[in-house]
Amino acid sequence: MAREDPTISLQHVTKSFNGRKVLRDMSIDIQAGESVVIVGGSGTGKSVTLKHIIGLIQPDSGHVYVEGQDLCCMKPVDLNRFRRRFGMAFQEGALFDSMSVFENIAFPLRRHTDMTEDQIRTRVEQCLDQVHLEGVEKRRPSELSGGMRRRVGFARAISLQPAILLFDEPTTGLDPVISDVVADLILEMDSKLNVTTVTITHDMKVAFKIADRVAMLFKGEIIEQGTPFEFQQSQNPIVQQFIEGRADGPLTEVD
Amino acid sequence: MRLFEQTGLWFGMLWKTIRWTFRPPFEGREWLKQMVRVGFDSIPVVFLTAMFTGMVLALQTFIGFQRVHAENFVGSVVALAMLRELSPVLVGLMVTGRVGSSIAAEIGTMRVTEQIDALTALATEPVQYLFVPRVIAGIFMLPLLVLLGDALGIYGGYLVGVKLMNANPVIYEQNTFQFLNLNDLWSGLIKAAFFGLILTLTGCVRGYYTTGGAEGVGRSTTNAVVSASLIILLTDFFLTKLLF
Repeated sequence: MAREDPTISLQHVTKSFNGRKVLRDMSIDIQAGESVVIVGGSGTGKSVTLKHIIGLIQPDSGHVYVEGQDLCCMKPVDLNRFRRRFGMAFQEGALFDSMSVFENIAFPLRRHTDMTEDQIRTRVEQCLDQVHLEGVEKRRPSELSGGMRRRVGFARAISLQPAILLFDEPTTGLDPVISDVVADLILEMDSKLNVTTVTITHDMKVAFKIADRVAMLFKGEIIEQGTPFEFQQSQNPIVQQFIEGRADGPLTEVD
Repeated sequence: MRLFEQTGLWFGMLWKTIRWTFRPPFEGREWLKQMVRVGFDSIPVVFLTAMFTGMVLALQTFIGFQRVHAENFVGSVVALAMLRELSPVLVGLMVTGRVGSSIAAEIGTMRVTEQIDALTALATEPVQYLFVPRVIAGIFMLPLLVLLGDALGIYGGYLVGVKLMNANPVIYEQNTFQFLNLNDLWSGLIKAAFFGLILTLTGCVRGYYTTGGAEGVGRSTTNAVVSASLIILLTDFFLTKLLF
């Protein structure tokens, strides 16, 4: 038995796109306050898993419970309201390019709170401060570097003070140094904001750094999970190949 | 089969758009922005299209009517044709090319760069935030543009008739309004509202279901213009039959 009801629970989720099974039998429980990193190769269903958690995608079968609520059975309006509990940082930031950085971060505040313009200004500054950015409020997303866009994306994700933070490939396409900076940032946000975080990545260095628990997704199922230490000691040859990044092994065998 | 699927999708999104129109929060700023984009920014295109259509129409009918000595009716023909048919359809098609395409490209790009997912993740329904303001703008702005087109078309016809063909200005003017009734004006404006709905919603739907990166955005844009233009021409016939 778990200590308490998990904050997020995926139970036997399956999902196909155009006849291709992406998730076969995906189950994972995530406890409140935990930082879970889901790793796996490209096309193994990592992004799809994350999108299930926030209800962007509904499973073909199985259930997704978040804070005890079954997402599949919520009315669109309720689901929409429930999403305020989440903050999601997208792969390339997914900032609205018709708006400035300030407007991007203020967007959820303007829509979902009764804050005055002054309060919004303060909150935006706080959020930017949290991700160690300053003086970029007036800039357009197209004028920012990849790392900065990511960080503005983080700032926007935390603006409503969510209980659950989701990171979609936070370091993909960044250089190793900036990747490490971003990983530190996630670690810092995780501890300061007291949130449950789920990150998906294929960057093992980042995974080991920020995770309380690492889970590996392979062919639409979780094949191994544990603390970073346990994960590194795993006897599973697929896991070992992935950690070491070797080209030959069971992971790359054609089936 | 695909046609049925697309039609079903279109009406499904129409229904969804209607439902989200009446739910708070109301996007006042977005509505205004889109009204400007669909309406105000289209004025130059409408200006040229309607003016020259009125002019060429007067020119052509003059040449034809001269043969049967019916030059006096040129003004009536131009006014009737502009109000009932040419202004709504041509403005509809021109605005489809200008606005329908840009809506499809914009929303399509938002789809492929995950901005639509980001909207949803920020507890904002994309249909409410993106579709509703654009469709509302289309429905309200197209009749206004068509009204402008009517006036310009008639004026263009007048210019050709009076300045070029040396018609008597008083008689031309008389003839222009002699056979018109209010129904002619209304039927054109009602058509325009439908065309506004069609071109904006088609742009939104095509953009929303974009897949496949930059190439996909291009495909959606082309599709939006082609299908909206076709739907406008088909609907035009049935609306004319219905509205007389």
